[in-house]
Amino acid sequence: MRPDEILVVALGMTVNIAVLMIVALGLSVIFGMMRVINLAHGELIMLGAYTVLTVTRATGSIWLGMAAAPVAVALVGVAVERLIIRFLYGRILDTMLATWGLSLVLVQGVTILFGPATQGLATPLGNFSVGAYSASWYGFFLIVMAALLLAVTYLVFKRTRYGLEARAATQLPEMAAALGVDAARSHMITFAFGAALAGTAGALIAPVTGVVPTIGLAFIARAFMTVIVGGPAVLLGTTAAAALLGIFENLVSYLATPFLGQGALLAVAILILRVLPSGLSGGRQRGV
Amino acid sequence: MEITRRDFLRGTLATTGGLLLGGTALNRLRIPSWAAAGGEIEVGSLLDGTGPINIYGLPMIDATKFAVDDINSKGGVLGKKLKLVAFDTQSTNERYTQYATRLILQEKVAVIHGGITSASREAIRPLMAKHKMLYFYNEQYEGGVCDKNVFSTGVTPAQQLGTLVPWAIKEYGAKCYIIAADYNYGHISADWVKVFLNKNNGALVKEEFFPLDVTDFSATVNKIQEAKPAFVMSLLVGGNHIAFYRQYAAAGMKDKIPIVSPTIGLGNEQVVLTPKEAQGITVVYPYFQELDNAANREFVRRWRSRFGSKHAYITDSANIVWTGWHLWAMAVNKSGSLDLNGVVKALESGLTFDAPEGRVKLDPQSHHVIHTVHLAQINDKRGFKILKTFPNVPPADTMDVCNLLTNPNQHTQYTPKTK
Repeated sequence: MRPDEILVVALGMTVNIAVLMIVALGLSVIFGMMRVINLAHGELIMLGAYTVLTVTRATGSIWLGMAAAPVAVALVGVAVERLIIRFLYGRILDTMLATWGLSLVLVQGVTILFGPATQGLATPLGNFSVGAYSASWYGFFLIVMAALLLAVTYLVFKRTRYGLEARAATQLPEMAAALGVDAARSHMITFAFGAALAGTAGALIAPVTGVVPTIGLAFIARAFMTVIVGGPAVLLGTTAAAALLGIFENLVSYLATPFLGQGALLAVAILILRVLPSGLSGGRQRGV
Repeated sequence: MEITRRDFLRGTLATTGGLLLGGTALNRLRIPSWAAAGGEIEVGSLLDGTGPINIYGLPMIDATKFAVDDINSKGGVLGKKLKLVAFDTQSTNERYTQYATRLILQEKVAVIHGGITSASREAIRPLMAKHKMLYFYNEQYEGGVCDKNVFSTGVTPAQQLGTLVPWAIKEYGAKCYIIAADYNYGHISADWVKVFLNKNNGALVKEEFFPLDVTDFSATVNKIQEAKPAFVMSLLVGGNHIAFYRQYAAAGMKDKIPIVSPTIGLGNEQVVLTPKEAQGITVVYPYFQELDNAANREFVRRWRSRFGSKHAYITDSANIVWTGWHLWAMAVNKSGSLDLNGVVKALESGLTFDAPEGRVKLDPQSHHVIHTVHLAQINDKRGFKILKTFPNVPPADTMDVCNLLTNPNQHTQYTPKTK
C-alpha cells in the first residue's frame, strides 16, 4: 500500500469508529449506567436528525440545527422519563415492551408529520486531497465531535456534583438516598443527558446518510452491540468497543465487501462476548 | 427478575393484540368488498408506501389512483367503474405475498398491478401463476421475465444499459466500476453490464454489492479512487443507498470520476440530493418530466392540478404505472370480458398507446414494451437535461429468448450468460 492510500484508509477507519462512538454514547449512558434497555433509542437519534433538518430549513444554518438537536431531544427525554420510564425502573422486560411501543409511536408520528420520504441535507465543509485521494472534511469534523462528546460526558459525570450523585444513585441507590441524594431527579437528568447525546448523534449523522423516519433502525443494532461489547465502564468500554468493532468492520469492508464487513462486526462481537461475557471492561465497576 | 406464567401470558397477549390491531388499522386502506356497490370491477395494487423502497413507491401509488380515475372518467372498463383495492406493502416481501394472496382469494380482483423491487416481484409472481391471475409489473427492471399471464411494462437492460454503456465508454473510457444493490436486480443487471462491456470493448475493473440497509459507503469511495475507473456504473436501489452519492460528492469525487446509472432518478434522488451532489450524473429512461409532446404536456398539467407540489418531479415509474393500467383497460375493452385468456389474447394483439413518454407498443411475444429512450443528465435545477434520443428500442434481452406465442406455457425468468 502506498502512504496516501494507508492514510485515507486509516482516516476512513477513524471516521467509522467516531460514528460508532457517537451513536453508542447516549445508549451507554442510559443502558450502561441506568440499566434501562431503551428500545426507542434509535428513534431519539431519528428525532435529532429531524430537528437538524427542520431548523436548517427554517434558518438556513446547519450549525444552528446541530445546536438545537440535543436541546430538543433532551426535552423529549425528560418527557419520556417522567411519563413512562420512571414507573418501570428495575423492570427490564416491562421497560423493553414500553420503549418498543414508544419507538413505534415515534416512527409513525414522524411519518405522519414529515411524510415517509427520504429527505436530505447536503454534507457541509467540502473536501481535501491526500496524495492521489480525496476525502471529506466532514469526516474530520465527526472525529473531533466524537472526542468532544466523550470529554463532555467524562467531565459531567466526574467533575460535577450532579455527576457524583448520578453515579452514586446508580451504584448504591439506598445509600445515596440515605445521604440525601434525590435519586428520582438524578435519574431524570441522566436519562435526559443520554437523550441529548442521542439527539446529537442524529444531528451529526443526518448530513451523511439522509433523513427517514426509520433511520434509527440502521443504527440501533450497532449501538447496542457496541455498548454490550463495551461492558459496565461506560466511557472506557464504549471507546474500546467502538475502536475494535470499527476497525474490523472498516478493514473487512475495504478488503472484501461491506456485506462481509457487517458480518465481521457481528463475528467479533460474538467472539468477545464468548471470551469476556461481561464485555471489554468486565472487571471494572459499573459507572463512568 | 422472575416471570410468572400470568405475566408472560399478559405480555404476549398484549403484544400480539397490538400487532394485530396495528396491522389491520394501519394497512386497511379500503372498505371491505361486501360493502362495495354492485356493478364495479375490483382491481388490485401492491406498492411500497413506507420503508426504504417508498422513494419509488410514493409517486407510483399516486400514479395508480390517477390512472384508475382517468379510466373511470372515460367510461371505465366494459361499461363499469373500476374500484381500486390498494395495500401498502411496506418495503417487505412478506407483505407482498400476504396481500397478493388476499387480493386473489379474498378480494377476487380482476388484475393486480404492482411490485417495485425485483425481489418483491419474484415473491408474488409464483402466486399469480398458481391462481391464474393477470399481473402487471410496471417498473424498470433487469429483464427476462417470460410468463404467460405477466406483463412487464418497464424498461429493461437492452433498452437502458444497451444505450448507456456504449455511450459511457465512448465519452469517458473503457474501464467500468460497478456498484450494485445486493439482490436479484443488482446481480442480474451487473451481469448485463458485463455483457454490454464485452460487446463494446469495455473492461470491468471491479463489481461490488451492497445490502439495501447499507448507508456507509466510505470504504467504497476509497476503493473507487484506488481502482481509478473511467466511470462508475451505479445499480444502487432505495433510500439508504442515496447516501452513496452524497458521500461520493463530499469526498470531491463526483467531478473526477463520472457516474452513470439506470436507477438514479426513479426515486427522485436528484431532488433529495443537492445539484452540487448530483448534477452531471447520466441516466437513460423512456420518460422525463421535461419531454415536449402533447400527451406529456397534458399529463403534467393534470398531474400538477391534482397533486400540486406533492411530488417534486414526475418519475419514469409513474409514467410506466399509468401506461400499464391503460394497456390493461384497452385490452379488456377490446376482448369484451374479464376472462384471462381473452384479455391476454387482446394484450398480444400488438397494442399501441400514447403514453406521456410518447407512443409505446406492447410486444406480443415477450409481453414487454418497446420504448423510445432518452439519455439525460441531472441538471442544476433538480431535473434532467436530455442529451440524446434512441427511438423505439426493443427489449431485446427478453425478446431474443422469450416467445410466449409459440411457447405459451412458461412462467420463468431468463438471465444473461456472461461466461
